[in-house]
Amino acid sequence: MSLPNPPAMMDQLQEVKIPFAAGVVESLQAGDLISLTGTLFTGRDQTHRRMMALLDEGADLPVDLAGQLLYYVGPSPARPGQVIGAAGPTTSYRMDVYTPRLLDLGLMATMGKGSRSQTVREAMVRHKAIYLAAFGGAGALLSKCIVEAEVVAFADAGPEALFKFSVQRFPAVVINDVHGRDYYEMVKSGKDAPR
Amino acid sequence: MREIEAALITEAVKKITMEAGVRLEPDILEGLVSARDSETSGLAKNILELLLVNADIAAREKIPVCQDTGVAVVFIELGQDVHINGDLGEAVQQGIQAGYQEGYLRKSVCDPITRVNTGTNTPAVIHIELVPGEQIRIIVLPKGCGSENMSGLTMLPPSSGISGMKDFVVRQVVNAGPNPCPPLLIGVGMGGTFEKAALLAKKALIRPLGKHHSRPDVAALEEEILTRINEQGQGVQGLGGNNTALAVHIDLFPSHIASLPVAVNIQCHAHRHKEIVL
Repeated sequence: MSLPNPPAMMDQLQEVKIPFAAGVVESLQAGDLISLTGTLFTGRDQTHRRMMALLDEGADLPVDLAGQLLYYVGPSPARPGQVIGAAGPTTSYRMDVYTPRLLDLGLMATMGKGSRSQTVREAMVRHKAIYLAAFGGAGALLSKCIVEAEVVAFADAGPEALFKFSVQRFPAVVINDVHGRDYYEMVKSGKDAPR
Repeated sequence: MREIEAALITEAVKKITMEAGVRLEPDILEGLVSARDSETSGLAKNILELLLVNADIAAREKIPVCQDTGVAVVFIELGQDVHINGDLGEAVQQGIQAGYQEGYLRKSVCDPITRVNTGTNTPAVIHIELVPGEQIRIIVLPKGCGSENMSGLTMLPPSSGISGMKDFVVRQVVNAGPNPCPPLLIGVGMGGTFEKAALLAKKALIRPLGKHHSRPDVAALEEEILTRINEQGQGVQGLGGNNTALAVHIDLFPSHIASLPVAVNIQCHAHRHKEIVL
């Protein structure tokens, strides 16, 4: 069977630098296809539980998340010579219960896959934060967009450690924008422009 | 009576576990190609193409197709004329542990209360069935849990009938939305008891993609439910289009006269499965 070349779409994404420059988050619209270049932090279930425990104790988080993008991922281990293993998004709703508290601390964007709760959506509007979806089940391809990976905290949690990634042209879709729009809802109700 | 060393089983399980993690089987690749070719949304068509590129990179560079390399579900059909020298269960667990370690697959199994990772991706969930003959058929299904979490089971009153069953399956998929990484494979278990329905639904996933049930009325149901799901328009990754699901596989078992259990096991497009016969 012949396999296709990388989709042309990858060259047509709007380039966005992270952390975001002033005004960029506000300019992004639900449904925008973007590619991210810069640095981000990662975390999933256990990472969040540990961050919440630190906050409960009145301690600081291991990194300052203000203005940052937090990517929900638990990568597979890197083979020798690789930066990281597969590193696609995990399902975001499991983090919903923790997200408003991180938005309160200035977190500017989250990225995963799947819908967010009403509470998270309202918190995003309040804080002018956005939510992005990465392509689920494309972990091998997405690993190619990660040029550096470093464990920053919770190393013993393995795939649930808090990593810092340097990414280059990492593709994503804007799901929730600062205006409160939700692209999944727009698709469901037929309100998205045909693509 | 045929004798098989347990070590041989460990080796076989390790081998197919490592392969399953990085290599999609031809049935899934063909399913993704035909979805791409039939897709009406430009964005979804692009994403399907991207998923095919992903599968290609994974196989060539031995990077997992998806970082969620799953909890290992192992189906064993054990010929009753086989004698195993050693502990079958232990042999399988050792094969899973070695496969995940040596294959650079993610270890995702933890204690349900403390949430502490076992560090080995064991224990695997093993289902053993005795069958005639002197062979062992082993199937490893590394099951990702983004999709597993969207599965469900209901005990319908028989008065709900086929239409109740169809509605439950469609609703389960629609409510899952983008969470389980559509395009999906939907395994449905109908009848039996509470646990039998769930097992039928899981086992329906390992049928070659899109191969219909042998009973024409069940095959027609599979087709009808697939059409209904894809008419909802959620599409690939919940971003729209006509390929929310690649196939619906239904399996049946007679149930009690009072009962109509229906289980829906949702599987993502990174549907990894690998089989070996010893």
